[in-house]
Amino acid sequence: MTKTFLTDSGIPIDSIYTPEHLEKISFDYHNDLGSPGSWPYTRGIDPEMYRTGQWIESVYMGFGSPEDCNKKLLNLLREGKAIGLHIAMDLPTQLGLDSDNLMASAEVGRVGVAIDSLKDMEILFENVDLRRLRYVGTPAFANGPIMLAMFIALGEKKGLALTDYAVNIANDSLKEFVSRGTYIFPPRAALKLTTDAIEYCAKNAPSWTPVHVHGGSLRDAGSTSIQEIGFGLAFLLAYVESTLERGLPVDDFAHTLSLRIYTDMDFFETVAKFRSARKIWAKLMRERFGAKKEKSLKLNLQIATSGASLTAQQPMNNIVRVTLQALAAVLGGGQKIRCAAMDEALSTPTEEALKIALRTQQIIFHESGVAKTVDPLGGSYYLEYLTKKMEEEAMAYIRKIDDKGGILPTLEQRFIQSEIEKASYKFQKEVEEGKRVVVGVNEYIEKEETHIKIIRRDPNVIKGQIEKLRILKKERDSDRVRETLSALKEMANHGENLVLPILDAVKAYATIGEITNMLKEVYGEYHEGSTIYR
Amino acid sequence: MQRKIRVLVAKPGLDGHDRGAKLISMALRDAGMEVMYTGLRQTPEAIVNAAIQEGVDAILLSCLSGAHDILFPEIMERLRAKEVADILVIGGGIIPNEDIPALKEAGIQEVFGPGTKTSEIIEFLRKKLGYSS
Repeated sequence: MTKTFLTDSGIPIDSIYTPEHLEKISFDYHNDLGSPGSWPYTRGIDPEMYRTGQWIESVYMGFGSPEDCNKKLLNLLREGKAIGLHIAMDLPTQLGLDSDNLMASAEVGRVGVAIDSLKDMEILFENVDLRRLRYVGTPAFANGPIMLAMFIALGEKKGLALTDYAVNIANDSLKEFVSRGTYIFPPRAALKLTTDAIEYCAKNAPSWTPVHVHGGSLRDAGSTSIQEIGFGLAFLLAYVESTLERGLPVDDFAHTLSLRIYTDMDFFETVAKFRSARKIWAKLMRERFGAKKEKSLKLNLQIATSGASLTAQQPMNNIVRVTLQALAAVLGGGQKIRCAAMDEALSTPTEEALKIALRTQQIIFHESGVAKTVDPLGGSYYLEYLTKKMEEEAMAYIRKIDDKGGILPTLEQRFIQSEIEKASYKFQKEVEEGKRVVVGVNEYIEKEETHIKIIRRDPNVIKGQIEKLRILKKERDSDRVRETLSALKEMANHGENLVLPILDAVKAYATIGEITNMLKEVYGEYHEGSTIYR
Repeated sequence: MQRKIRVLVAKPGLDGHDRGAKLISMALRDAGMEVMYTGLRQTPEAIVNAAIQEGVDAILLSCLSGAHDILFPEIMERLRAKEVADILVIGGGIIPNEDIPALKEAGIQEVFGPGTKTSEIIEFLRKKLGYSS
């Protein structure tokens, strides 16, 4: 019996690919490939790509107190290279709980930096010139408008205009009901808040990124790569539709939206994934939404190396995994690339591991030569076949969601959730049965003591945060806090865009918890029920 | 015939990464156990109450945010306070090796890290609970 080969997503692989394969799937040079920088953007959104400059190197960092994190940040920026900066914030911040909330105490400063108010943002970014960053932001999945307002207020404090710096937030609230789980409000309110940020930026800061859908966390939850782009783009489309309902023309905001997906271990499938995602977006924008401007058709890809592919076993091997993934991201034509640190499967990265992750990209750009021409893998029979296959299968998911009446009914029916659960369970079984080899996990296992340095939370962080909150509440103008919060509630009750009233509250030094609680009074809270498996 | 093993899979704290919790729930179900998964963001108190209400033989705790060092021992304390410390408790998630002794001291029977086979956990539960596999 001949052995069968499959891509990670389950597409069967032949022993060799020829022009006949492309004929069979009706591959058309102009409609499927085209030139870089032109329709259908399969080969890249820019005609010259990295020949005019390197992709943006992104860094995801943040831990502990704003004071400590500021020191680490200044250290990182000392090198002088303009990076894109995503700040990791702790779970209480992401969930709108102040550090003195009882539910917060075990988690303050743990998976990111603790931010309670604008005061903490000022401390975190002290002596940081926002103009020298390619962009700055934080994921902020459930409270996008609050974090957007924080960055606007921070810029104002530094005397900057909105055009002087760029903010990039995830603000991808709907995906949280499927993976990662940092939801706060029910889905309909979550979608409203996400849309508020898109609308505000389209009108006031059109070069900012008010949404990047985090497809990668679907992978972390166990989805296939096809599901990652199929569902990821479906979330993005939901945000497009809801912004159109505000009466904004699609060409005014489509270019501000971005897809953040993983670069993964299955090399060719990964390169094909980036190419097919661009193609699907271009087609949908033109055909479904009637976009006219070229910039609306160009999907801006933020790429991160895959978290779930890193192993806690023999962690140094992760440097090799990340290198291969970064190479696939470059060959797939990403605009922003973030390399994970080798120790991320174990803890928040050390500074040394972060540095290696940056150097990996620099070696690929300067030494490997792959960035000297655009889409160097284009024309490979195998790659073109996979690109078209992935497009078809991802589109099938998008159509299924259309048929269910859009994203909100689909989420309610738990369709996306159960598709991902099935894929995740299948993958796990294949690893356990040895059908998939993960080096160091199910083969080439070594008895080892890891020598990775684990970063511990400083127990003083929480005391410091609580003390700062106490002083803040004593010193701030409490009338102003009350006024801005009640104005916010009023505007929320009237269905207004909430970015400006939130900004007023932020500038009055209302805490994230206070702002979130006010919104909870209007929208309620989402709770996931328990599940019986039998 | 022996009655089915009853298990509570729980996510204490604010961490929202539930791939592992769902995977182990499905694997235990397929191994013939009855599984209740709490869903995200449970307080130690809610987890202990659910365990008592469901009359479970074992609790599986999953945490990837690092807060296991506070939350796991707190759950053990509450189990003792309610005099149900005979429930078998094991932990999973991202837990540094050097944290394991303290968790065991607190009464956590075993800690299973990333890459553990689900069959290993099934075996462990059956053995500890006196079921032949």
